[in-house]
Amino acid sequence: MNEDVAVKNKRLVRNLAIVAIAMFGFGYALVPLYDVLCEWKWIERDRPDAIKAIPETAYEIDKEREVNVEFMTTLNESTPMIFGAEMTQLKVHPGEYHTVNFYAENKTAAPMVARAIPSFSPALTSTYFEKVECFCFSEQTFAPHERKVMPMRFVLNPALPHEYKTITLSYTFFDNTQTAIKK
Amino acid sequence: MSAVTAEHDHDDHHHDDHSHGPEKGWLRWVVTTNHKDIGTLYLLFALAMFFVGGTMAMIIRAELFEPGMQFVDPQFFNSMTTMHALVMVFGAVMPAFVGLANWMVPMMIGAPDMALPRMNNMSFWLLVAGVLLLASTLFMEGGAPAGGWTLYPPLVLQTGKALPFAIFSVHLLGVSSIMGAINIVATILNMRAPSMSLMKMPMFVWTWLITGFLLIAIMPVFAGAVTMLLTDKFFHTSFFDAAGGGDPVLYQHIFWFFGHPEVYVMILPTFGVASTIIPVFARKPLFGYSSMVYATAAIAFLSFIVWAHHMFTVGMPISGELYFMYATMLIAIPTGVKVFNWTATMWKGAMTFETPMLFSIAFVVLFTLGGFTGLMMSIAPADFQYHDSYFIVAHFHYTLVPASIFMLMAAGYYWMPKWTGHMYNEKIGQLHFWLSTISVNILFFPQHFLGLAGMPRRIPDYAIQFSDWNMISSIGGFIFGASQLLFLYIVVDTIKGGTGEKVTDEVWEDAHKHGLEWTLPSPVPYHTFSTPPTVIPCDHD
Repeated sequence: MNEDVAVKNKRLVRNLAIVAIAMFGFGYALVPLYDVLCEWKWIERDRPDAIKAIPETAYEIDKEREVNVEFMTTLNESTPMIFGAEMTQLKVHPGEYHTVNFYAENKTAAPMVARAIPSFSPALTSTYFEKVECFCFSEQTFAPHERKVMPMRFVLNPALPHEYKTITLSYTFFDNTQTAIKK
Repeated sequence: MSAVTAEHDHDDHHHDDHSHGPEKGWLRWVVTTNHKDIGTLYLLFALAMFFVGGTMAMIIRAELFEPGMQFVDPQFFNSMTTMHALVMVFGAVMPAFVGLANWMVPMMIGAPDMALPRMNNMSFWLLVAGVLLLASTLFMEGGAPAGGWTLYPPLVLQTGKALPFAIFSVHLLGVSSIMGAINIVATILNMRAPSMSLMKMPMFVWTWLITGFLLIAIMPVFAGAVTMLLTDKFFHTSFFDAAGGGDPVLYQHIFWFFGHPEVYVMILPTFGVASTIIPVFARKPLFGYSSMVYATAAIAFLSFIVWAHHMFTVGMPISGELYFMYATMLIAIPTGVKVFNWTATMWKGAMTFETPMLFSIAFVVLFTLGGFTGLMMSIAPADFQYHDSYFIVAHFHYTLVPASIFMLMAAGYYWMPKWTGHMYNEKIGQLHFWLSTISVNILFFPQHFLGLAGMPRRIPDYAIQFSDWNMISSIGGFIFGASQLLFLYIVVDTIKGGTGEKVTDEVWEDAHKHGLEWTLPSPVPYHTFSTPPTVIPCDHD
């Protein structure tokens, strides 16, 4: 191998190594990019602000249409709770306000901090599912063995496209006690 | 392989220390910087891992022989499917192709060695460390990773003590692959003999050049994804943790951004080997060389923009489903060009059917079959039926076993006489071919039916209506597994002297017209092309 080739090799290896490092960074850049693509609806995801309160506005009730809203309750891994909803489904007219009660109980003898995360199916319906009041807006603190009844008040925006006949709203409770202590 | 000839080149004073034969004793294999030694190490390591991963496959097929739980518990079964995939992908197929590149690329382009011999040694030993670290997770509390080779969260985060070890092993394997890829790219771009222009390079070199770029681009992304898993688990980040505002689906996007080009990392060098072997045994130049080059580049480019076809059922707007559907279908065009060119190369050729050619023909037929099922799955609405079923298992095993594995076998038969100077036993080679080809179809063809009938993948037990085809598939699996012992026998036998027949320098009739490696003596000397060759055989117009 002559000197010339050695120099060329060195330069090429340096450039290729820079590409490799840049691609490691690109992997991380995909994280904010994902949020942007979700925002543009290139990727279907629950709207990130689906867990924010929306002020109650009066809509014209669409009596012609009935949408079936299903409620699912799940506990993440081994979260020591009891969690349920007072009903599994509800038929609603778009524009009409409803309140559904969820209940949760801390099964342990220690205080607990838990967070409920909503998820919609089909995901794009999250845009039209407006919550006025929800236990998912913030972390919930439970005293030992405390049982809570938590109302969720919502309306379906009448702009909801007609092809959506059923919306499934699933809540998963995550035990965040350890993280809360660290903070 | 260890033969030393008097090809010392004392004029080359920069490399006096390289111009001698191999070191004496076992330490030679640890410290070697010779591309042939490192190629041999890679190939033997890959062969060993092929049997390790194969044993895991045998455990899987034994458990699925009948419905109900027979031999292993479900957790261990899931570890087996996960580890089988990781070992076969990162321990067997990829290292085997890197081994072939190490052996053949310098000889094919008329270079004395790889561009960076010391880094070459290091990337091999990092690979060994990575695979050992991965294997060690089998013995840890909570067992080896059991959430599938894709390591999807949140499931993979429930792995026991093994999780950080599995992640560090992925890091090591990634660093090893990137270093190997940089080395191969540098060798191809900078070390070619002066008269070897890019468009005169053998197809195997071309496919590896493109594969090298793929690896450099994707392995760091995978390393990033698993690093995010690591920080999610141990440092309270929330990339994929819904409790903290993350999204597990994000992982799937990052993973498949790596994962789809990754499957082409395993198939492009396969194409290169096929394009090398078929012309020799058809006694014709390769048909459509430049279209082969452009098709390879096109496949590599498309591989970056189709990843979400692995996620049709995860949830995308209809426009996304359509985009990824059409983009995926596009891949069939350059791939079809390749299949057409291989067939046209054989057309009216004076063909003979030695073992490497038999494997190559089986590859063209069976890979096309695997490609067609891929085309079926690219249809987004149809994919909802195939997703996560045994149909997928049948599809990707058709593109990996009778394609990548078969062409690695073919490459072994094709070049072993050159490497060792001994002829392998053709009778046993052909027996190995027929047993493998028949059994691989008994093994994987019924899995199409199982998948279409609704059997999900990664389950240790199944509903009884799946019993018959599973039993047939398992029988095919056991025959296939046992047949591979014939290959092991042939490798050992050939190294020890084979048939005793003296092989000529060109080994295969007129092979010297097809590649520079056949102009070298058999067995090939420890150092070759210390001065670049002046006459370049050209396999194409």
